[in-house]
Amino acid sequence: MSNQPLIRESRVSRTAMMALMFLLAIYFLLPIYFLIVAATKPQGDLAATNGLAFSHFNLFDNLSTLFSRSDGIFGRWALNSVIYAVLGAAVGTLISALCGYALAKFTFRGREFLFSVILGGVLVPTTALALPLFLLFSATGIVNTYLAVFLPSIVSPFGVYLARIFASAAVPQELLESARLDGAGEFRTFFSVAMRLMSPSLVTIFLFQFVAIWNNFFLPMVMLQKESLFPITLGLYEWNGQTARAPLLQESVITGSLVSIVPVIILFLLLQRFWRTGLAAGSLK
Amino acid sequence: MTDIATRATRVVAQTGGRRRRLNGGGPRAGVIVAFLTPFFLPFVLFYLVPVGYALWQSFLVVRRTGGQYGTSYTTFGGFEQYVQVFQNHEFWASIGRIGLFGIVQVPIMLFVALIMALLLDTPLLKAKSFFRITAFMPYAVPGVIAAIMWSYLYSPQLSPVVDLLKGIGLQPDFLGPDAVLWSAANVSTWLWTGYNMLIMFSALQSIPQELYEAAKIDGASNWAIAWQIKVPIIAPSIILTTVFSIIGTLQLYAEPAVLRQISSNISSTFTPNMLAYAVASGNNYQQAAAISVVIAVITFVLSFGFMRLTSKRAGL
Repeated sequence: MSNQPLIRESRVSRTAMMALMFLLAIYFLLPIYFLIVAATKPQGDLAATNGLAFSHFNLFDNLSTLFSRSDGIFGRWALNSVIYAVLGAAVGTLISALCGYALAKFTFRGREFLFSVILGGVLVPTTALALPLFLLFSATGIVNTYLAVFLPSIVSPFGVYLARIFASAAVPQELLESARLDGAGEFRTFFSVAMRLMSPSLVTIFLFQFVAIWNNFFLPMVMLQKESLFPITLGLYEWNGQTARAPLLQESVITGSLVSIVPVIILFLLLQRFWRTGLAAGSLK
Repeated sequence: MTDIATRATRVVAQTGGRRRRLNGGGPRAGVIVAFLTPFFLPFVLFYLVPVGYALWQSFLVVRRTGGQYGTSYTTFGGFEQYVQVFQNHEFWASIGRIGLFGIVQVPIMLFVALIMALLLDTPLLKAKSFFRITAFMPYAVPGVIAAIMWSYLYSPQLSPVVDLLKGIGLQPDFLGPDAVLWSAANVSTWLWTGYNMLIMFSALQSIPQELYEAAKIDGASNWAIAWQIKVPIIAPSIILTTVFSIIGTLQLYAEPAVLRQISSNISSTFTPNMLAYAVASGNNYQQAAAISVVIAVITFVLSFGFMRLTSKRAGL
């Protein structure tokens, strides 16, 4: 009897919840949907047709214009982004893993001090470092080279923080002890035993660093003048600034934006569970 | 469990025979250094040294001998650069803008993130993974690209949103002098709500279910459970996302820089970081360094607050 209004109430609140979540989902998807639609249109239709409805399907022409513009500079930018992000994240993950593992598994004086310095580093925003780094790098001649963007990108204090948490959780101390007794060196133990046990978390660290480097804009903007070294973000930013003078660039900026987010979104959907691990670790500790 | 236990006893038995050091047989100092150096060398070079260098630069001034055309030389100037920063009304204007941005945008974003996390944590909602993924997807989009996408949705010529609003009799001007700050805030909200939501959601998922059972038996509503049990438990995560959001706000650059390309209502000194970059572009590196240091100090004060708030709970 008294259950009746309760059930009705929960049905009403359930509907309200779903409606709210749907509105939010539309909000999150709208710009991406708009980008997909706009990337399939010829330049002339951008302003002339409804932005949310498909018109003439022109995606392949847009792509070929995009990749042939200025002697294929966009392909170069894409390649640069891949180089910065894949190599940077790979090297960064390895050095973070070594350091986090040592902080978790070895006892030595100054360990907690070093860890708190790294934690302080998590809170230092990389944009604050870019200008002084530029001055230092221009003194050494590294400015305007691949290294100027690559070298600072490999350092991820957050990666070390995650690696330490994951190493304490995933690598049992007893296993290390018995490897030592078997006469295995510390590095051999690390590469053949610990890294295997830590591998799911290493994927997480790699992903976070990959996205951070892929999305980075301020550091390359400060460091690079040579267009051929630009990552996609900086290249599209430059093009976007020229659309007032060269309106035909607009379609390439749109198509280029779509091309630059598709690989990351795919990576993202395929490797979802690894994101959860990292965010959970970040929220608990 | 037993596997580890037997292995442990074996280890204990074996170590009895050999002499190990007191710390449980850890590696030599040289080995530890070899593990730490690959990270710490670049960390020192590309994190700590730039911080020190910026500090040093900020205490220097460039002077000229004998008027406008004399030779310039760099010398120690004490707090001269900092006095200039604090007398610069553009600096205060940028801080004011970003302060207003933070006070409005951060609570809205985190409130929406919290509501979403709580809803995803109830058994009542359907299609949870769909909602979770769509909210988190913007995290994969670079800030520059997000701002480009939204700038098309703001532009009066191209935007379907503007068309739609005009259709119901409104005259939106997303790029006008009053609105443009909130248009930039919307880009940040779009980018980071899902990320913050997932941090809170992960914390919610780690709460043992038994905690709710007693409350349910006592007849507590889902609403009461959410606000009186769940939210207090995940408070550290909310603090963490708050502080990271404040830090992110202080560093704002890419989104307003992109909107500046289509709106004359964003100046080159719109945010503190844009001001620092504009000053550095004018070759006044010492002044730029002082601005960066001031921003970093503000950031540090907030970070330190965060450390103090969470240190009680931190396991590490």
